[in-house]
Amino acid sequence: MALAFDEFGRPFIILREQEKKTRLRGLDAQKANIAAGKAVARILRTSLGPKGMDKMLQSPDGDVTITNDGATILDQMDVDNQIAKLMVELSRSQDYEIGDGTTGVVVMAGALLEQAEKLLERGIHPIRVAEGYEMASRVAFDHLERISQKFEFSADNIEPLVQTCMTTLSSKIVHRCKRALAEIAVKAVLAVADLDRKDVNLDLIKVEGKVGGKLEDTELIYGIVVDKDMSHPQMPKRIEDAKIAILTCPFEPPKPKTKHKVDIDTVEKFQTLREQEQKYFDEMVQKCKDVGATVVICQWGFDDKANHLLMHRNLPAVRWVGGVELELIAIATGGRIVPRFQELSPEKLGKAGLVREKSFGTTKDRMLYIEQCANSRAVTIFIRGGNKMMIEETKRSLHDALCVARNLIRNNSIVYGGGSAEISCSIAVETAADRHPGVEQYAIRSFADALDAVPLALAENSGLPPIDTLTAVKAQQVKDSNPHCGIDCNDVGTNDMKEQNVFETLIGKQQQILLATQVVKMILKIDDVISPSEY
Amino acid sequence: MERMLKDDAREEKGELARMASFVGAMAISDLVKTTLGPKGMDKILQSTGRGRNVTVTNDGATILKSLHIDNAAAKVLVDISKVQDDEVGDGTTSVVVLAGELLREAEKLINMKIHPMTIIAGYRMALECARDTLLQKTMDNKENTDKFRTDLMNIAMTTLSSKILSQDKEYFAELAVDAVLRLKGSTNLESIQILKKPGGSLKDSFLDEGFILDKKIGIGQPKRIENAKILVANTAMDTDKVKIYGARVRVDSMSKVADIEAAEKQKMREKVQKIIAHGINCFVNRQLIYNFPEELFADAGILAIEHADFEGIERLALVTGGEIASTFDNPESVKLGHCKVIEEIMIGEDRLIHFSGVAMGQACTIVLRGASEHVLDEAERSLHDALCVLSQTVNDTRVLFGGGWPEMVMAKEVDELARKTPGKKSHAIDAFSRALQAIPTIIADNAGLDSAELISQLRAEHHKENCTAGIDVITGTVGDMQKLGIQESFKVKQAILLSATEAAEMILRVDEIITCAPRRREDRM
Repeated sequence: MALAFDEFGRPFIILREQEKKTRLRGLDAQKANIAAGKAVARILRTSLGPKGMDKMLQSPDGDVTITNDGATILDQMDVDNQIAKLMVELSRSQDYEIGDGTTGVVVMAGALLEQAEKLLERGIHPIRVAEGYEMASRVAFDHLERISQKFEFSADNIEPLVQTCMTTLSSKIVHRCKRALAEIAVKAVLAVADLDRKDVNLDLIKVEGKVGGKLEDTELIYGIVVDKDMSHPQMPKRIEDAKIAILTCPFEPPKPKTKHKVDIDTVEKFQTLREQEQKYFDEMVQKCKDVGATVVICQWGFDDKANHLLMHRNLPAVRWVGGVELELIAIATGGRIVPRFQELSPEKLGKAGLVREKSFGTTKDRMLYIEQCANSRAVTIFIRGGNKMMIEETKRSLHDALCVARNLIRNNSIVYGGGSAEISCSIAVETAADRHPGVEQYAIRSFADALDAVPLALAENSGLPPIDTLTAVKAQQVKDSNPHCGIDCNDVGTNDMKEQNVFETLIGKQQQILLATQVVKMILKIDDVISPSEY
Repeated sequence: MERMLKDDAREEKGELARMASFVGAMAISDLVKTTLGPKGMDKILQSTGRGRNVTVTNDGATILKSLHIDNAAAKVLVDISKVQDDEVGDGTTSVVVLAGELLREAEKLINMKIHPMTIIAGYRMALECARDTLLQKTMDNKENTDKFRTDLMNIAMTTLSSKILSQDKEYFAELAVDAVLRLKGSTNLESIQILKKPGGSLKDSFLDEGFILDKKIGIGQPKRIENAKILVANTAMDTDKVKIYGARVRVDSMSKVADIEAAEKQKMREKVQKIIAHGINCFVNRQLIYNFPEELFADAGILAIEHADFEGIERLALVTGGEIASTFDNPESVKLGHCKVIEEIMIGEDRLIHFSGVAMGQACTIVLRGASEHVLDEAERSLHDALCVLSQTVNDTRVLFGGGWPEMVMAKEVDELARKTPGKKSHAIDAFSRALQAIPTIIADNAGLDSAELISQLRAEHHKENCTAGIDVITGTVGDMQKLGIQESFKVKQAILLSATEAAEMILRVDEIITCAPRRREDRM
């Protein structure tokens, strides 16, 4: 097909080296793409919900990750197929934008693709399907807006926020102490939140993990934790009312940037140079001392001599602190990062109520705590756990919880979870479909069916009969016109999600539907896949 | 169907994935199972590196650390054993065995078509119950110093009894307890130095209250100093470099070379003079001391020790209370270290420097003697375990009986709970109690005893109130743990329980394993 002939009957080549390429066209291309998208969704399907299972992933280097966070699974799966990569992107963008619901969005997209396949078999043009989906997603979007509720909380009453974070955490392995972790997450977000502007800068929350101890030992520190120790073993381990000099210049002999050399040819020169050097070290330390610093935090290393001088002058110092951490320390303590000793001045020093070194376990692990900072808006969540995987998983779970809390502060509209929002949307879309003339009606109706996929998967993962449960809940929603009925995953006994306190943010849900629809539209529009064949 | 993953990647789903992880985890647990208990056997590990070094050990963490494992679930178990080693130092085998047993029981339940999540829920309830039971049954002798010491002795002996040191366990327990009590509650094991010297027998090991540095005294310098004032330093005593970048010596005649050399010498002499001006009679440096300065020190009657390693320096500074100095311009403010006597001593063939009567009473050195390197290495590991456990116990003074007693007590309560719980979860709770009972079973099996008989006797015994019965491996009967003085630290037991359950839960939750294509190494021609 890709071969064309000119007026003399000679073939000319449109695609270079086309014999070496595989090519899929038309319906075959769409079907292959849909199959790939569905395969990805199928992997994630069992991880949905509070009773979702985990996946064990072994990286190319042999490291093991155990998680049920959709974005992480897809990230580490190292997929090869282009369409599968699109799905990975999809979950990643949900992660960036909202931070939660990364599994749900992929399951949703998978269901939409599955429905689309049926429509294509009936001979409906892919563009019409895409348009129908677009209309349906708008209906669902508006409907979500309508059933959403305002979520009341204030800085004094954090209980509702904690409840929300607990919903997010309940599907993770940290389930066991979700209450404690949820509280930590909410307190951390509130500490850095600007409630008037409704803005939260998550960069100010540092999540640090250290292997060992119990998950229950996880704590929130109003300050910064740095995985470093004092440069000299005999420096004081505890400094109160610290004034911190934050330096990016090394305590080392000066290195002229220009490329010339210093030549020594007489004894006098040798001696003056030596004196200079000695004075130089002295001056460096003296300058820090003069401006009144009581702790020095430096990005670079120290010379032995300088190290001793610092110790000697009773100036505790920390070396090799990373750039990001240095910035955080500067923000937290209200200090300025100083690139040269000459520019040190008292007002550039950061202030902290307490700087201390803490050691852990039987090995020589030490961490530096900087607490009671001048600007308390930087906090650290310090995670302890049985092993590295546990900590990594806790980090990911906490990240989700933090994002949920942030989203609620930004926009306090919520919808109820447990699949209730999807079921309610499905009913709304279904009715909208009947009013719509044209081929799109089929697509819209399929969209409604696809929306049922999430509650179906939820019910299935919880060990309930999926179709029975879903139809029962749907009937109940229509009968009582109560959009809060969902799947009772935890066997609590009621399926009113309002009573169970299971909810998600409105923007999170809306985003899920929009993103899933967009990606599906994109996949449907592809009718030709040209790829270089393997060899 | 379209292939979604890369060529070499593998994907295992559902039952298959679960099988793979169970098999892997159980293989690991079976591997270390035989090392459990006082009559556990050792393993020989041969490294693949150059020299094919051989290690003989029965320390779970050491065995697992040296294995190359491909199974993902097995890696989880290796990981928890490592963490156990870092956190409490002992129980590294038990934690893996318990996790393995929990999974073995879980597999049976899954074959009965019970959902993994239900099993997890049951395990969680059982864990809660077991932990509460342990908490209630702890004994605390914090107030009574003598009794607490006996506790510590008992714990040390219990820990050591499963190791190579079991022959002389009383002796070593005494050593370890003495060493830990000197720390006065800190868990910083750095101030306990363990020195290994081949030769002699294990019995010849001893605890020294001072500090021993494995170095020689410079030639022509005094071999014994009383009331020593020590300057601990980290400074270049070879040729002092000019550190300003790009400086170099460029001269045009021989005489100038001589001049500069003289200046350098002069500089070194000044430096030595400055050091001597501190009023010291012992100088310990981390870096080399060249002949010239060494000679100067000898002239001044100062003992100079060169090239002490970094840890040695830090520890020495810690013990003698001096600071590690690198500049010598203000002698009046540098803190010097003190000790009563420095002398050269002989251990076996080697001469070592012994600092006694040091300022800080916390430090001490344990000198281990033994027939071969392997014996010494294993002895060091065993002693390290004992020291870790003891230092943790000093902080958390609660203790329990050993010999399978805590497992039986927990199993009893968990059984009780299973009976009260309605629903499928009760199967899982039951399974938890069986897994707990597997530990004493394995201990008995390893000792070549009739485990079925013993465990049933033990269980009957435990039905009585306030029972203190456990397995007495030596006589092969059920014995009174209180009388036998077999005790374990509560903290270790709790850590075993928690991390084993956590690991089992983690593996149970997995329903799919995706192994990425291994990273290709560049072919080197």
